Amino acid sequence: MKLHAHNLGWTTRGKTIVDDVTLDILPGETFGLVGPNGSGKSTLLRLLTGLLPRPAGRVHLEGVPLESMSRRDIAQRIAFVEQMADTSEALRVRDAVELGRTPWLSALTPLGPEDRRIVTEALEATGLAHMAGHSWSTLSGGERQRVHIARALAQRPRLLVLDEPTNHLDIHHQLSLLRLVSMLSVTVVMALHDLNQAMGCDRVGVMENGRLIACGPPAEVLTPARIAAIFRVHVTPLRDPDDNATLFRFHCLEDHS
Amino acid sequence: MTALAASYLRPVTLWGVAGAVTLTLAILGGVAIGETPLPFDTVLKVLANHLWGAGHDVDAIDAGILWSYRLPRTLVAAACGAGLALSGVVLQSLVRNALADPYLLGVSAGAGTGAVAVTVLGLGGGMIGMSAGAFAGASLSFAIVVLLARAAGGGSAQLVLAGIAGSQLFNALTSFLITKSANAEQARGIMYWLLGNLSGVRWPDVTLAIPVTLSGLVVCVWLARAMDAFAFGAASAASLGIAVRRVQIALIGATTVMTATMVSLVGSIGFVGLVIPHAMRFVVGARHGRLVPASALAGAVFLIVADVTSRILIPGQVVPIGVVTALVGAPGFAAILIRNRRRA
Ligand SMILES: Nc1ncnc2c1ncn2[C@@H]1O[C@H](COP(=O)(O)OP(=O)(O)O)[C@@H](O)[C@H]1O
Ligand SMILES: [Mg+2]
Repeated sequence: MKLHAHNLGWTTRGKTIVDDVTLDILPGETFGLVGPNGSGKSTLLRLLTGLLPRPAGRVHLEGVPLESMSRRDIAQRIAFVEQMADTSEALRVRDAVELGRTPWLSALTPLGPEDRRIVTEALEATGLAHMAGHSWSTLSGGERQRVHIARALAQRPRLLVLDEPTNHLDIHHQLSLLRLVSMLSVTVVMALHDLNQAMGCDRVGVMENGRLIACGPPAEVLTPARIAAIFRVHVTPLRDPDDNATLFRFHCLEDHS
Repeated sequence: MTALAASYLRPVTLWGVAGAVTLTLAILGGVAIGETPLPFDTVLKVLANHLWGAGHDVDAIDAGILWSYRLPRTLVAAACGAGLALSGVVLQSLVRNALADPYLLGVSAGAGTGAVAVTVLGLGGGMIGMSAGAFAGASLSFAIVVLLARAAGGGSAQLVLAGIAGSQLFNALTSFLITKSANAEQARGIMYWLLGNLSGVRWPDVTLAIPVTLSGLVVCVWLARAMDAFAFGAASAASLGIAVRRVQIALIGATTVMTATMVSLVGSIGFVGLVIPHAMRFVVGARHGRLVPASALAGAVFLIVADVTSRILIPGQVVPIGVVTALVGAPGFAAILIRNRRRA
């Protein structure tokens, strides 16, 4: 699904958090957003999904301005997984995933067999099928994150927006999540912490102080010089002889000056 | 397709019938039990006489007590219990806090101030005027409490503390109004009413309480799925396609109208909105599609039972119903506090 952001910005209490971002997300691609803490990644993702009030600039979803669409219309196309959304409700895993069907149901229609099938599929895709009856309060951080992903999948979006989805996951689940995401036929935009994971995206965007300062294929964008300037680390690119993939090894900048 | 529809409808119909039977039995019990117990067949005869002019021969005094006092009182208790329980469900969902309840958040206190202001200052007047005053007071106090909680950092504890501050402020305003403007007899009446009191209830109160509660129930059932979507916060609800502002306004409006109406009719009755939804979560789970009707029913039955208890607890004396609900509710509140600590 094609997403176009034009001069997008957001200012709160006189402070500009996202500044003049113009960005095209192409149908089917996996787009990674990287940048230091506080550079505005989460805010930009929320702007792209129309969740923030009074943005500057515009977002078009398949040529339609986002502000002319209802929340429901947007939710049928875009699913968003926030960083760290928690609940004190005594929900079971399956209940939480069923929430993903909300934009497809009217107020009084119960979940139909097709909805149940989609929910079951989402549970299976995220490796949660055996935990469907577990209650939310007993889940680990990583399991909760997977429930959120499953909920987003149950929403059957054409654009999946993920904010640091691998954050609470152990290495096995990080890799299986990224594999799952890369196999989905939907367009994915995700903020990532791990630059090595960003290397696996089709394109990456780099945020610094609210601005999108670079955007393109990872090998072109994530150069050692740029990483040193933005992330204040020194990197040594290494090559995996198995598949010729580039990996980064990080060092403190101080040790290399 | 019809088989499919039927398989959905069957449990809904079953539960609906079970609920209606339970509520009817509770109402009949509430009408029969009291200082002068009335035999069940007398109750049925009187009801038959009034509802379809059956013409049974019954004692005129019994008939009078039953039809003019006990029945309206019981019906208002039911409406009030359902309304307060629904208000609790809505507030807990919107502020995402198991301790939210119109009484604890100061909404009832604000409604009391509004109603008293109308009564003693002679603004407007009449039942509708009092309800309108209560509504204004309830809205104001809710706004103040939510803004204060947000300014204080927006946590769970902040909300409850802001609720205490709000309750204290509005209770003080009420006392001030009474001291300043009411005569001694008025003052005593108002104080007694504020503790929660159903003894003054007559038929006109029923015609206000029941439509308000039913409208509130319709709003809550209609927005049950939206309340589910608030489980992970307002931003998450928005990303699930909920028009957050509109839903919040509709739900807060319904809650405030229900609470204000109940306070203007029977004073402030605490803990129903807290304990009933919590108990119902154990029985039917956290999904609002079930929680809303279950809480409405349980609230109605609970307040009928509480009202009967208040009439027979001390022979010859009516204990304010707010005292009865607090005797049950305060331990319930303690239990919820302890449970929440374990979960955190
Ligand atoms: N609602 C808000 N109000 C005020 N400041 C905010 C708000 N949201 C984000 N910020 C600030 O904007 C900056 C960028 O935040 P964020 O988008 O979360 O960055 P990132 O996700 O890249 O770590 C931070 O300094 C943060 O404190
Ligand atoms: Mg972030």
